[in-house]
Amino acid sequence: MENKKKKNKYSVKQRLLSSNLTFTIVSVIIGLIIGAIVLLIAGFNPITAYSIIINGIFSRTKYISYMIIYATPLIITGLSVTFAFRTGLFNIGAEGQYIVGALVATIVGYFLELPIGLHAIVVFLAAIIAAAVWGGIAGFLKAKFGVHEVIATIMLNWIALYFSNYMVMKPFLRRPESDSSYEILDTASITILEDWKYTDAGREWLSQHPYIKDFLATPANLGFVIAILLAVLVWYILNKTTLGYELRAVGYNKHAAEYGGIKVKKSIITSMMIAGGLAGSAGALQVMGVTKGISVLPGMEGYGFDGIAVALIGGTTAFGNIFAGLLFGGLKYGGPKIQPPLGAPSEVVNIVIGTIVFFIAVPKFMRMIFNINTRKRGEKNAR
Amino acid sequence: MLDDLGFLIGTTLMYAAPLIFTALGGVISEKSGVVNIGLEGMMTMGAFTGAAVGYFTGNPWIAFIAAGLAAGVFGLLHAIASVTFHADQVVSGIAINFLGPGVALFISRLFFNGSTMTKSLDFEAKMPRPLNGVFESNSFLDLIFNHYATVYLAFILVFIMWFILYKTKLGLRIRAVGEHPAAADTLGVSVVKIRYLAVVLSGVFAGFGGAAMSIAVVSNFRPTLISGQGFIALAAVIFGKWKPQGAMWACLLFGAAQGLTVYLGGSNIINISSQILAMLPYALTLVILTGFVGRATAPAASGQPYEKGER
Repeated sequence: MENKKKKNKYSVKQRLLSSNLTFTIVSVIIGLIIGAIVLLIAGFNPITAYSIIINGIFSRTKYISYMIIYATPLIITGLSVTFAFRTGLFNIGAEGQYIVGALVATIVGYFLELPIGLHAIVVFLAAIIAAAVWGGIAGFLKAKFGVHEVIATIMLNWIALYFSNYMVMKPFLRRPESDSSYEILDTASITILEDWKYTDAGREWLSQHPYIKDFLATPANLGFVIAILLAVLVWYILNKTTLGYELRAVGYNKHAAEYGGIKVKKSIITSMMIAGGLAGSAGALQVMGVTKGISVLPGMEGYGFDGIAVALIGGTTAFGNIFAGLLFGGLKYGGPKIQPPLGAPSEVVNIVIGTIVFFIAVPKFMRMIFNINTRKRGEKNAR
Repeated sequence: MLDDLGFLIGTTLMYAAPLIFTALGGVISEKSGVVNIGLEGMMTMGAFTGAAVGYFTGNPWIAFIAAGLAAGVFGLLHAIASVTFHADQVVSGIAINFLGPGVALFISRLFFNGSTMTKSLDFEAKMPRPLNGVFESNSFLDLIFNHYATVYLAFILVFIMWFILYKTKLGLRIRAVGEHPAAADTLGVSVVKIRYLAVVLSGVFAGFGGAAMSIAVVSNFRPTLISGQGFIALAAVIFGKWKPQGAMWACLLFGAAQGLTVYLGGSNIINISSQILAMLPYALTLVILTGFVGRATAPAASGQPYEKGER
């Protein structure tokens, strides 16, 4: 009896150590430690720096609101990468799909006149469709010509960037004397209580509720709620539908999937389209909730690339993305706060994230430090 | 008109040089079977190190070498992850793309009063122009041949790389390891050593490429300096069908696209949007990849970690 109990305990420990979640948590810790070491070498007190970051994220509801705003697009691009990843594809193209989504959202948000609410939905859907087509190109190239999706999506990212810049500078979209587009109409906005915040009644009510006032002092918007709904949707499609089953089957083994009667080529295109649509929705939500328009981009903004990191940190699971996105969003928002008081470079955040991703890339290294005997199933009987 | 042509060829060569270095890095890494998406991060690190070391030492050659070494360290990181620990090479490359600019900007802020832009190099600290003054200033020949030393070096390196890869034992081994590591291993070639060498070298070359940008084409480092050139170089590797000379031609084509942008930016002869031109290299690469212009095949074992005894 006691023996059995002991054995169970051991296996729990074993399971815990070999689970992806543990690897991820250890990677995050290593990332933070490396970040601390880098700060220490550069002559800054890492504890002070980290406490400034933590305070800078959690000490006011306004900061929390900002963290959520920063996290929202990353969660969704993370979902895009996750979806593709689970179906055996590596979507480096979330960046470009995001750009296409933002561009289309701006155009539809500015030119179309629709009632409030409906307008936002139309903008959202239009952006998703456009980005799905953009993502679908990579899927098509892979299915039809065998072009590796990593390379294809990298190329499509830059094409999207320059195309977006080209469109912004067109007279019909460009706000005169600026490098930006016109702003979308208020009917397409998803910012929470945007107008009410500044009415007399609104000011009055908010002054009595300082925490909520603080929270709404930012472009707080519905994006985060939609991000969570999208996470649920991704989880549902992947795990509970025939479509998700087929797509994952293609990811696991496309020859077996084909033998089983699944149309592999169609699946690849579908999968990239869904991934593209997700990333595009991130761009649309950002435009509708925060930026209200787009500008000429001198380089990549990094939403897609950050999304890859988020997806990897989130263990390529739908709900893991939410936590990873919040972590990344928090670091991105809180990180620069160490600069004014300490003079410490905020780029330490990139070093931390890069280190986390690096260690997530090398699970074999993790197994070595834990010295786990990776037992294969049935090994006991085979002996 | 002749001068315009000279200017165009000149700027093409100037912009192609950083790409060629970096693309050669991509070629050698891919030839050995390791995908290197981290070229962008390595190039950024090289560009910063070149500009910073050049500023503090005043010697362009020390700066150039330092840039190679600094980026080589990131190459080593990529090698450790992808060769020793069998990491997903794309993921490891993405990590490098976070780390490279992260480290570069971090150090920049420390040494340049919190600025992510390095101070401008003195004239002596910039790459020399070996043929300066040989031709009449701004004449056709001067515009074509009077370049920073990095431009000539880039083309010399193309030849060296071609020679090593196709005419030496080492080159044969590199290619063998990239095509069929198990077979190479059977014949006593150390897959691990060869891949380490290739990947570290790819970092060094990418670093040279970055420096060729920051201490020759311009004279300082700023965060947007590299933006995307590492990826263009990666495109050039594929466009050039994983061959040094092919990558060189691709880089020249992409350099011409950039040169044309600069040229058209300065004149109002033809009104082609620079954004559309900038798109061209990427669009062309996609077309190439679809196989309309001859099939491009990657080294067979590219992207796959090699595990001894695994079939």
